[in-house]
Amino acid sequence: MKAQPIDVFARDLEEEVRHAVLDGSSSGYDKRLASLTSDFADPDLLRRTAGRIKQHTLENLDTYLPRVEEKLIANGVRVHWATDAEAARRTVLGIMRENGADKIVKSKSMATEEIALTPFLEKEGIESLETDLGEFIVQIDHDHPSHIVKPIIHKNRRGIARSFEREGLGAYDDRPETITARARTFLRKKYLEAQVGLTGANFLVAESGRMVLVTNEGNSRFCLAGTDIHIAVTGIEKIIPRERDLPLFLSLLGRSATGQQLTVYTEFISGPKVEGQPDGPGQMHLILLDNRRTELLASKCRDILRCIRCGACMNVCPVYRQASGHAYRSVYPGPVGAVLSPLLAGNKFPELADLPKASSLCGACKEVCPVDIPIPDLLLRLRDRAKQEGVKSPGTPPMGGWAYMASKPSVWRASLAAGKVMNYVPMNLIPVPALRAWRHSRELPPWRGGAFRKWMKIHAKEKGGES
Amino acid sequence: MSGDRETILKRVRDSLAGIEDRTPYPEYDESLAVTAIRSLDGDLWERFSERFVAVNGLPITSPEELVEYLKSFEHTTGYIDPDLQTILAPYFGSGFTIEDRFDRDRLDDYRFGITRARGAIAETGSIVVTDRGTSSRLGALAPWVHVACVRRDEIFRDTPAAVAHMEDDPNVIWITGPSKTADVEGIMIEGVHGPGVQICLLLPDDVRKVQPTDA
Repeated sequence: MKAQPIDVFARDLEEEVRHAVLDGSSSGYDKRLASLTSDFADPDLLRRTAGRIKQHTLENLDTYLPRVEEKLIANGVRVHWATDAEAARRTVLGIMRENGADKIVKSKSMATEEIALTPFLEKEGIESLETDLGEFIVQIDHDHPSHIVKPIIHKNRRGIARSFEREGLGAYDDRPETITARARTFLRKKYLEAQVGLTGANFLVAESGRMVLVTNEGNSRFCLAGTDIHIAVTGIEKIIPRERDLPLFLSLLGRSATGQQLTVYTEFISGPKVEGQPDGPGQMHLILLDNRRTELLASKCRDILRCIRCGACMNVCPVYRQASGHAYRSVYPGPVGAVLSPLLAGNKFPELADLPKASSLCGACKEVCPVDIPIPDLLLRLRDRAKQEGVKSPGTPPMGGWAYMASKPSVWRASLAAGKVMNYVPMNLIPVPALRAWRHSRELPPWRGGAFRKWMKIHAKEKGGES
Repeated sequence: MSGDRETILKRVRDSLAGIEDRTPYPEYDESLAVTAIRSLDGDLWERFSERFVAVNGLPITSPEELVEYLKSFEHTTGYIDPDLQTILAPYFGSGFTIEDRFDRDRLDDYRFGITRARGAIAETGSIVVTDRGTSSRLGALAPWVHVACVRRDEIFRDTPAAVAHMEDDPNVIWITGPSKTADVEGIMIEGVHGPGVQICLLLPDDVRKVQPTDA
């Protein structure tokens, strides 16, 4: 039977991976929820306010972008603008060439994943090493991250230990302590060898030009202590207006991502190091990336640009938990990815148009979203767009008959009465593939069509009699 | 690229042209984002210590206690911020090798790094470190044990206070516990890249306050 690509991924997923993803995404849920709901006087107001601040910023980017640029320049940062992935990659390469640099240590950044920076740089003879433990493992395995906060949620310790052995990082030992200690030993030399530390940014404050970067591992801090040049790549939607907004966003980000009050290393960076400071970059570049964000800004789905990349929506999503991140075939998985990825795909929208459909619209993602993004509504808008554009939907049963029935009251009534026949038809013999697939793991209850209408009629009479 | 700048700004303006009512900036009370379940009243070092312990930090109130701790784990070689040498060096006996310059070529020789913090945050158990106040980024990061030194009157009550008093420094960091990861099967391991042990030492009140020196 024909099926949507995401369904095929979910169906063919190895059991071991399915369990790893299911465990990894559901564990810690109580801790995250408690840290969000029980610590504050009005937790819901917190996230609604954060959502409005981001929405306000997005709708005034024409003011905020030049403002933040002005501040950054005043702080001694060299600002670059990149319309698309290619422009951003070229800009990074240009900075490398200009400085005769050939080694980068990278801290985790979704924007650089999005522009596929590392494969490009490697082709140009530049070593670009991921330093976040999970991303490092993804890199040595030539794999892709499957979660935006927990990149190797799909892997277990045995596979990681085998990879380390293969890469010459030590004999097989799958204890997480050993794995971590070996990465520590290997990576700390690399921080000192590289000339460039490359990072993303979690927030960019318009008022001061300070960029904020959070990591638990402290790898971004090491990137910015060992190297001479800092390059940051950030989407234009990362701006927040004022410094005073920081506690709100930092609090929501740490709690929503991992249930922490604050992420361990929260760095506020506004330029090159001070004179007298022996360590760290004396040169800082910031690349402001569009890459279709302005298209999203013009669309009915602009709310998705509020996203602060906490990963909460994928952790709670029943579809993500079963399908894993790779089923989304793009950099951003889960509910946020189901909205963002098809939109960032440009004219390849049809290839990812199945993602918004892979949802029961249960709304769990909206409930946990720290910036209150109405993800289910956005999914519906994208389904509508796919329909309008005539994107094929393999595996979806034809709905024409249903539409006809549901829009004609008389036909509806007749079919309610006739539906009783279904109680006597052997359903598993009906040769409709979609029905068969549905029936594979489900039982239909006995047909009771029309019962409610009957009840309503009697009820209305009784009520009428009373008055 | 300058061409890209104009293109992006034009795209932004065009994208926003269709929005009739732009969402206003929502005014809100800063206390909205402050933890309401724990009291932040009383001695801020006490409040800070409680939260610092909760994030696996180790608060220490005297140099003697610190030296005992380091000795017990045989951490005998370390870096101490030149400004702290006069106060702390006398407490370290002959069994210690203390350096006032962090040599990056001998990164792993240092078992501990003692640096001046610019402050701390009671609400979250965070240490505030700056470029001007902290002598070496690597000295506060690479050794297994990091000791941040802070005075009682440098502790902020909560995160809005810490933000409101954030210095004009190019590199301000809030450190909330040891460097850690849960990337492997969600199991928490401390000491990934940075310190596995994060200590905060309370300095006597008569130690002079960190003054941001103009570069």
